[in-house]
Amino acid sequence: MSTRRFAALSRFNIVSLALGLAFLYLPIVILVIYSFNASQLVTVWGGWSLRWYTAFFNDAAMLAAAGMSLRVAATSATLATLLGTLAAMALVRGERFRGRTLFSGMLYAPLVMPEVITGLSLLLLFVALGAERGFWTVTVAHTTLTMCFVAVIVQSRLSGVDRSLEEAAMDLGCNPFRAFVAVTLPLIAPAIAAGWMLAFTLSLDDLVIASFTTGPGAATLPIRIYSEVRLGVKPEINAICALMIGAVTLAIVTASLVTKLSSGRGGNAAPM
Amino acid sequence: MDARSNFTRPARLAAIAPYAWMVLFFLVPFGFVLKLSLSQTTIAQPPYLPILDLGAGWQALADAASMFSLDNFRLLLSDSLYLSAGLRSLTVAAAATAMLLLVGYPIAYAMSRLPHRWQPFAMMLVIVPFWTSFLIRVYAWINILQHDGLLNQILLTLHVVSAPVVWLSTDTAMYIGMVYSYLPFMILPLFATLSKLDDALLEAAADLGSSPLQSFWLVTFPLSLPGIGAGVLLCFIPLVGEFVIPDLLAGSDALMIGQILWLEFFTNRDWPVAAATAVLLLLILLVPLLIYDRFQRRQMVRP
Repeated sequence: MSTRRFAALSRFNIVSLALGLAFLYLPIVILVIYSFNASQLVTVWGGWSLRWYTAFFNDAAMLAAAGMSLRVAATSATLATLLGTLAAMALVRGERFRGRTLFSGMLYAPLVMPEVITGLSLLLLFVALGAERGFWTVTVAHTTLTMCFVAVIVQSRLSGVDRSLEEAAMDLGCNPFRAFVAVTLPLIAPAIAAGWMLAFTLSLDDLVIASFTTGPGAATLPIRIYSEVRLGVKPEINAICALMIGAVTLAIVTASLVTKLSSGRGGNAAPM
Repeated sequence: MDARSNFTRPARLAAIAPYAWMVLFFLVPFGFVLKLSLSQTTIAQPPYLPILDLGAGWQALADAASMFSLDNFRLLLSDSLYLSAGLRSLTVAAAATAMLLLVGYPIAYAMSRLPHRWQPFAMMLVIVPFWTSFLIRVYAWINILQHDGLLNQILLTLHVVSAPVVWLSTDTAMYIGMVYSYLPFMILPLFATLSKLDDALLEAAADLGSSPLQSFWLVTFPLSLPGIGAGVLLCFIPLVGEFVIPDLLAGSDALMIGQILWLEFFTNRDWPVAAATAVLLLLILLVPLLIYDRFQRRQMVRP
């Protein structure tokens, strides 16, 4: 009976869900379709073609920027995952320690801090330290931002893990470190993997912080794309964007398959 | 007590590295921003004075410290360019956040009404665009909104308009870009609270004679206020300092404070004024940031 009462609302629900998803996906789909456009004019359809992809793979400056971005993203995501996981452990398991409020404040603030402020303040630090700006300064800057995201993701998973499992391992003779590695780490591994991926894509996306912290001759892909986009729409940019979207989609599908597989294994192991 | 210390001690050890990292790369840099905002511009490398040299002795430090002044802030507060940029940032962010709420709420609500086994899938559909680049998403709209872009072509074909409409470099384009880019940040916290809502409450309201609309206003909406609060703050705070969206989609006649900071830094190379702008932006955002922090802590206390 209650379902009938809410039936009128559910039509409204279907419409808003459909419109919402269309709004979220149509611009991206259009962008990808136009990246295969043979025409030089972005807006005139000239048939399917891969010419803009070839153009990208022959553009040495763009390729160099893409390589720089990938190296920064891989390095900073790995550092951020290490630091973020440690931070999550400290937040979940260290009930009280001196400076905990400051610690959690420092971890949450960058999540909403405007990027222009984070970028400017890090640049000033690097200038004061006399650090040469380039790969490492951007990597450190991205690590600072993305470790906060990793910490939040791992924290939510870790707080759901039952501590008695680890206690049991310790009662059976494991030291705390071994107990953590053997029991808890496998349980929070999906969150750590998700955190790494989020850190990787955030680093790959970032324009503002990278612009502040990089030096001459070390442009990342978003910096190159931004300077091209300011001059107008170019089919080659569509191709690069489509490649990035494809890579992200592939990564997400892989990740969700991995999580499904690992949780399936966990389900089988449980009755034992 | 003993069992607990088995967890507390490793946790304290775990805190050391990330704690040191955040102090060095998040907290200390703010000190530099503050110091620079009190400095003077000069044509040199780095382009500001004074430069504190800890090795030069107390006298030199004291001399350098006497060069600090509030001139940059005086400039910011007296020049109408900066004031109107600050005001525009706040109004644009507030308007965009209101639009996000209007667009995001029905979507989050519909998601929460889906059968339970569909909900994770719907949530993933909302998150996926968030994983694709911010810049790409803004760029996608430039494709659509430009002079001979898809939107104008459709409108012309349908004879809705007789000549191409100027979309790019307008506030309309900027708001579309903002709503588009921040929508997941609004939907996810709303969905998180709405999906936890107990259906029995709605059934009880219906049994007591409420129409669906009445039970929405009297039950669902008040109970979703925490989600609304989180979503509004998650969108509003970064929107105030937003740079990419207004820079690429809005016109250049009215600037937001993030754009001012960027211009002062990269175009005028006036680092002290850029730093003073950052300090002011931070002060403006401190109020919502503190609210957000309180909110986070309340979330953590409640399991």
